[in-house]
Amino acid sequence: MIEGFPRQDGRKGIRNHVAVAYLVECARHVASEIVLPYREAGAQVIGFPGCFPNDYAQKMMERLCTHPNVGAVLLVSLGCESFNRFQLAEAIAKSGRPVETIVIQKTGGTRASVAEGRAWVAARIEELARAKRVPMALSELVVGTVCGGSDGTSGITGNPAVGLAFDRLVGEGATCIFEETGELIGCEEVMAARAATPELGRELTRSVEKAARYYATLGYGSFAAGNAEGGLSTIEEKSMGAYAKSGSARIDGLIKPGDLPPKGGLYLMDVVPDGEVRFGFPNISDNAEIAEMMASGAHLTLFVTARGSVVGSAIAPVIKICANPETFARLSEDMDVNAGRILSGTSLVEVGDEIFDLTLAVAGGRQTASEQLGHAEFILTYKSFEPIGPACLPS
Amino acid sequence: MSDTSEAPQLLRLAASDNVLVALGAVPAGLARITGGGTLTVGRPVTLGHKVAARDIAAGEKIVKYGVPIGSATAAIASGCHVHTHNMKSDYTPTYVLDETSKGGAGD
Repeated sequence: MIEGFPRQDGRKGIRNHVAVAYLVECARHVASEIVLPYREAGAQVIGFPGCFPNDYAQKMMERLCTHPNVGAVLLVSLGCESFNRFQLAEAIAKSGRPVETIVIQKTGGTRASVAEGRAWVAARIEELARAKRVPMALSELVVGTVCGGSDGTSGITGNPAVGLAFDRLVGEGATCIFEETGELIGCEEVMAARAATPELGRELTRSVEKAARYYATLGYGSFAAGNAEGGLSTIEEKSMGAYAKSGSARIDGLIKPGDLPPKGGLYLMDVVPDGEVRFGFPNISDNAEIAEMMASGAHLTLFVTARGSVVGSAIAPVIKICANPETFARLSEDMDVNAGRILSGTSLVEVGDEIFDLTLAVAGGRQTASEQLGHAEFILTYKSFEPIGPACLPS
Repeated sequence: MSDTSEAPQLLRLAASDNVLVALGAVPAGLARITGGGTLTVGRPVTLGHKVAARDIAAGEKIVKYGVPIGSATAAIASGCHVHTHNMKSDYTPTYVLDETSKGGAGD
């Protein structure tokens, strides 16, 4: 039914991007200049801005550079940053992907690095254009969901409609990931009751309690001013709406960013760092959450927005589901699904089915609204995690 | 959603809820509730905002989707806008921009 590009590790990609990855903010301009003429041809910029080393960032970049939707990787290093470019290049080479590293300080500066980078990218794009898609089972597809710019309509229209699409996808053997434990505050008990085992249920509860503590220390919940403008009054209210995205399937596991779900089913991603509060807010904007689900293998993201997010993402397409009919009327070109029509009588099931069908079409190559508009946002910042416990992935 | 049609204007999400959700811009006056019944709304409320389905005492839980979503910080009369000015989170405080948080009557 769907088709993907086969990779050496057995996974399949639904896109075939050349990723140009800067390894410190100082190399970002060169990376962006390299990509500029090849944006329409599938070259995209990702990267990590920090100069200090970070295990989480290293793992995230390795996962993202070997993501099934990526066919080749150009690393752009300034030269003196702490990021381990050697380890990253080795991991990419091992995955069977073409990889090259440009070190700006050794290549002769900006102009020479851009010229060399463009020549390499142009050659890879030509090669990747000859790649053939092969049949891909729904059980090989990984789908993430996120909500951003929520309001009082999100929990009534877009989020429960995605929940129905998730139920169908999980039923067909796909892997589905929901996340943002900071937006599940107040939902711990109902969620834990859906866990595959009581031990997993306790882990789910603990992950939300950790999020509540973390945000309490920071003094702000995962709640933006626009949420209140649209009628949401508290984090608990926002959470109940956000939780609806997970549907009603059994929860099969708890993963952390970069962990690959071992089999089809529904997984919660714990995105809040472990240990004392460090490095600031867990996810500073929606694309940080999308990047983390991509690092866990998500081929595409179902993004429910109500105030009207316009973002897409590098590497993995974003399907935007607009919960608020007034917003849809203003921003329709940026949206893929008008879930707000549920308020005027369209059934949740009809919209859920539309999201399911569109997910398959996008997996088969159809461009989303944000892809057509050239959106390819990406952000990655500092975090630290402990590995998941044994109860998190019951066999 | 037009207020001249027979379409419901306020959504009751669960039987135990003490708030209803505006399905569009709801003017002051008598408003139709999903599943039947009406409520007299004090002042106009915009899409996605909540109104009290009955009188709510200060300190009482605000219940939506059948679960508590916070507590009333003042007595709220039936039909009044329920939002950050008269309820609060039981977890972390809600951050708002004064310029954009009204979304309705501001009562």
